[in-house]
Amino acid sequence: MARYLSRRIAGMAAVVLAVLTIAFFLVRLAPGDPAALMLGPDASPGEAAELRARLGLDRPIAAQYAAFVGNALRGDLGQSIFFNQPVAQVLASRAEPTALLALFSLVVALLVAVPTGIYAACRRGSWFDQAAVSTAMLAASVPSFWTGLMAQRWLATEYGWFPASGYGGPDSVLLERIGYLILPSLILGVVNSALILRFTRASMLDVLGEDYIRTARAKGMREARVVLRHGLRNAGIPIITVIGLTFALLVSGAVVTERVFNIPGMGNLVVSAVLRRDYPVIQGALIVVAVLYVGINLLTDLLYLLVDKRVRY
Amino acid sequence: MTTGGNILELQNLRVRFQQRRQPVAAVRDASFLLRRGQTLALVGESGSGKSVASLALMGLLPDHASVEARRMRFAPDADAPPVDLTGQSPEAMRRLRGRHIAMVFQEPMSSLNPLFPIGDQIGEALLVHERLDARSRRKRVLEMLELVEIPGAAERHDAWPHELSGGMRQRVLIALALVCKPALLIADEPTTALDVTIQAQILDLMRRLQAELGMSILFITHDLGVVAEMADEVAVMRAGEVVEQAAVRELFSDPRHPYTRGLLASLPSGRRAALSQTASESVEPEVPPPPEPLVSMPLVSIKGMSKIFPSNRGAVHAVQDVSFDIPKGAIVGLVGESGSGKTTLGRAVLRLVEPTAGSVVFDGEILGELDASRMRAMRRRMQIIFQDPVASLNPRMRVRDIVAEGLLAHGIGTASSRAERVAALLEEVGLKADDMRRHPHEFSGGQRQRIGIARALALDPDFIIADESVSALDVSIRSQVLDLLLDIRRRREATLLFISHDLSVVRYLCDLTAVMYLGRLVEFGATEAVHSQPAHPYTRALLTAVPVPDPGAARGRELLQGDAPSPQAPPSGCVFRTRCRHAAPACAEAMPALARWGPDREAACARLAEIA
Repeated sequence: MARYLSRRIAGMAAVVLAVLTIAFFLVRLAPGDPAALMLGPDASPGEAAELRARLGLDRPIAAQYAAFVGNALRGDLGQSIFFNQPVAQVLASRAEPTALLALFSLVVALLVAVPTGIYAACRRGSWFDQAAVSTAMLAASVPSFWTGLMAQRWLATEYGWFPASGYGGPDSVLLERIGYLILPSLILGVVNSALILRFTRASMLDVLGEDYIRTARAKGMREARVVLRHGLRNAGIPIITVIGLTFALLVSGAVVTERVFNIPGMGNLVVSAVLRRDYPVIQGALIVVAVLYVGINLLTDLLYLLVDKRVRY
Repeated sequence: MTTGGNILELQNLRVRFQQRRQPVAAVRDASFLLRRGQTLALVGESGSGKSVASLALMGLLPDHASVEARRMRFAPDADAPPVDLTGQSPEAMRRLRGRHIAMVFQEPMSSLNPLFPIGDQIGEALLVHERLDARSRRKRVLEMLELVEIPGAAERHDAWPHELSGGMRQRVLIALALVCKPALLIADEPTTALDVTIQAQILDLMRRLQAELGMSILFITHDLGVVAEMADEVAVMRAGEVVEQAAVRELFSDPRHPYTRGLLASLPSGRRAALSQTASESVEPEVPPPPEPLVSMPLVSIKGMSKIFPSNRGAVHAVQDVSFDIPKGAIVGLVGESGSGKTTLGRAVLRLVEPTAGSVVFDGEILGELDASRMRAMRRRMQIIFQDPVASLNPRMRVRDIVAEGLLAHGIGTASSRAERVAALLEEVGLKADDMRRHPHEFSGGQRQRIGIARALALDPDFIIADESVSALDVSIRSQVLDLLLDIRRRREATLLFISHDLSVVRYLCDLTAVMYLGRLVEFGATEAVHSQPAHPYTRALLTAVPVPDPGAARGRELLQGDAPSPQAPPSGCVFRTRCRHAAPACAEAMPALARWGPDREAACARLAEIA
C-alpha cells in the first residue's frame, strides 16, 4: 500500500512537471518576442525591453526554466500582466464561484442521473427506460448556451425566480452568492447528467446479470434490496471514475455557462486572459487544472480501495 | 387430494421466452415427481431446459418468460396441504424462496457478492425470513459454517469471497442455501466448476447434510457419474421434454428411451466400475526394473522443464522440473487439477511462454537454441487446439480466413490453392466445404471446435497440443470430437499431447498418461497401467474421486482433505505430503525423483515399495 502510494505520487509529480514544461515552452513557442506578444501591437520597444527584463527573458533559457519550475513549486506562478497582481492571487479570487458551481452541478447531475439510471436498468426496454435514455441524449446534445439563454429568458426574466446573471460582490453574504449559482448549476448539472446516467444504466445492467444477483434473489430478498444493496454497490465502482472525470471537467471551467451567466469564475478568467494575451495567467490556470486532474484521479483510485476489497495495490 | 410422499409434483411444465414477436419454448413438456427425503437427478445436455425448469420452480425467471403447468405442487410440510406454485404471487414466491426452497448454483466463483463478507451474505436470508438480530444471525451462521465443514469457521465469518478457494466458496453457498433449513434444495450443477477431488468432497458433504437435515434434493447435472452416485430417481431431459423418469438402478440397467440409451452409450468407458477394487489391490513386488526406456524414439523430449512466474506476493512455481518423452505417433494425456501447471507446461513446450529452466528436444533439435527463422519454420510443425471454442475464434473473420491464417502467415500457396486446402480440411474434420463462407457464430460449440481443429491441421503439423479441447462440450458431442482426434492421429500419424482434467476421456483416448500435482510430474506411464493400478497416492486419490456411472459400484474412495496448497508456497519435500495418507517424516526432506515402477510406468513417491 505504502509502495503503491509512493509510486502514484511519483507518477503525479512527473505529470505535473511535464505540464510545467509545456506551460513554460508554450509562451516561448509562440512566434515572435513573448514580451511584444504579451503587450500587443501598440507597445513601444522600451516597454517591451522592460517587460523582458522583468520576466527574465534576457537570461539563458535553462536558467529561465529552472527559475520558472522553482517558483511554481513554491506556489509563485508569476505576475499577471493585466491585473498587475500575482497570478496565484488572481486565480484564488476566481476559485470560489467555479468550485461552488462545479460542486452544485455535480450534485444536481448525481441526483438526476443515478436514480434514473438505476430505475431505467431495472425496467430495461420499458417506456421509462427509452424516455430516460433519449432525454439524456437530448440534454447532452443541446448546446448549453441555448439552454442557458432559454432558462434566463423564462425562469429569470419572465418569472423572476432566480437572478438572471452575475455574482454577488465580495461583500455580499455567501447565501446571496449561492443564489446566483442555482440556475447555472441546474443547467450544467442536467447537461452533465447524461453521461453519468448512461454509465449508471450500463453498469447496473451488467451487474444485474451477475450470478450473485441471482443468489441474492434466491435468498428471497425483496427486489429493491437486491438492487440497492447487492447491485448498486458493485455498479458504483465504474461510476466513480465517470464522476471523478466529470467533476474535474466542471472545475476546469464551465466556460460557456460562466460566460452566459456572467459569473466571475476560472472559465471566464481564462477566456479573458487569452483575449488579453495574459500569458502568466494562462500558464497558471493550466498548471492548477493539471494538478487538480491528477489529484482527482488519485482520489478515485483510492476510493476503489475503500469500496472493493479485492483491489490490492 | 393427497400428495402422498411427494414433496414436489410437476406436470406438463411449459416455459416460453417472449423474444421479439416470436416466443421461444425452453421447456416444452416437463413432468417429474420428487419423493420426500430423496434425491431426484434431472439429467440432460446443455440447452435441454433443465436449468430453466428449476428456475421456474423458484420463480426466478425473468419477466419475459411465461410459465404454464398443469400442476406444480410443492409440499414443504408433510402434514400441511401442498402449495400450488403456479398460482402464487411474486411476493408469495419470494417468501418461499430461501426459506422453503433454496438453490445452489454452478459457479461458486461468481455466485457470491465480492463486496460483502461471507457471513453477512449467509445471514441475510435469516434477516429476510426470520428477522433475527445481528447477534443471533452470527450464531446461526457460525453453526452453518461448521456444518459445511469450513475449517476455522469463527475466523471465516468475516472473510471476503475472494479469499476462499472454489471448493470453499461452494461450501459457503451451500451454507447460504441451507441456513433457513429449507425442505427442498435445488442444486444446479453444483460441482461442475470444481476439480474432481473437490467435487468428491462436496458430493460427500451434500449426502451427509441430506441425511442430517432430512431435506429433499433436486440435483441438476449433465454428469452420469454424479447421477449414479447421488440420485434415488432420475429424470432425463432432452430438448425441453422429460423423456423418462425411473429409479437410478433401473435407468442405468434398463434405459427405456432411445435418447437415454444413447447418452449411456456415449460414455467414454463403461468398464471403469471395477476400478476402486483393483486400485487397492497391491501390485506384485517388483523385481529390478527392466532396462529399456519407457519411450523409445521420442518426437518430443521434455527435459527438466520449470516455469516460475514472478509476482509481488511470492513467485508462483507453476511447473517444477518436469521431464518426460512423447513418442512419435502417440497420444499422451496430461492430467491434473486446476493449478497443477498442465496448461503452463503445454505452453512452455511450444515456447508460447519462455521456460525458466529446462529444454524441449523436438525431432532431434533443441528448441531453445534455434534462431528466430528456424524457430518460425519449426512452429509450422507444432500446433495447438484451445479449450474455448467460442472465445478462441475471431468472430469477425470468416471460417475460410480463420483456417487459412496459418498458411498465409507462412506464405504458403496462392489464394485459390489455399481455398482448396481449407475445403479439404473442413471436410476432413466433418464440416462442409461451403461452411468456409460462414462466420463462427453460425456454428454450434462442437462445430466450432472442429473449426479450431481444422485450423490446427492447416499447416500439416507433426505435433499437436490439445488443451482441454473437449471440456466445454456436451457428452455426445465430446465423443464425436474424440473420435475425430483418433481418426486424425491414424490418418496423419500425428503426435498429440492431450491436456485434460477429465480422467475418463484420457483413459479412452491416450496411450500414455502423465499426472501432475502442484507443478510436479508424479506419475507417468502406459494409460492402462496408470488408470487400473495407479501407483502414486495422488493418482489413486484422483482416480477414486471420479464418479463412476454405475449405481451399483462399490466406492472405495480415498477422499482428499482440504484444498491443494498454493503454488506460491509449495510444501517442502514431496509436494503431495500435506494431503497424503501415507506421508512419513522422511517425505518432508526432498521431492522424490521419478523412479521406474513395473514394466510400463514411473512414479515419484519415496514409499512406493511400502504402500503399493
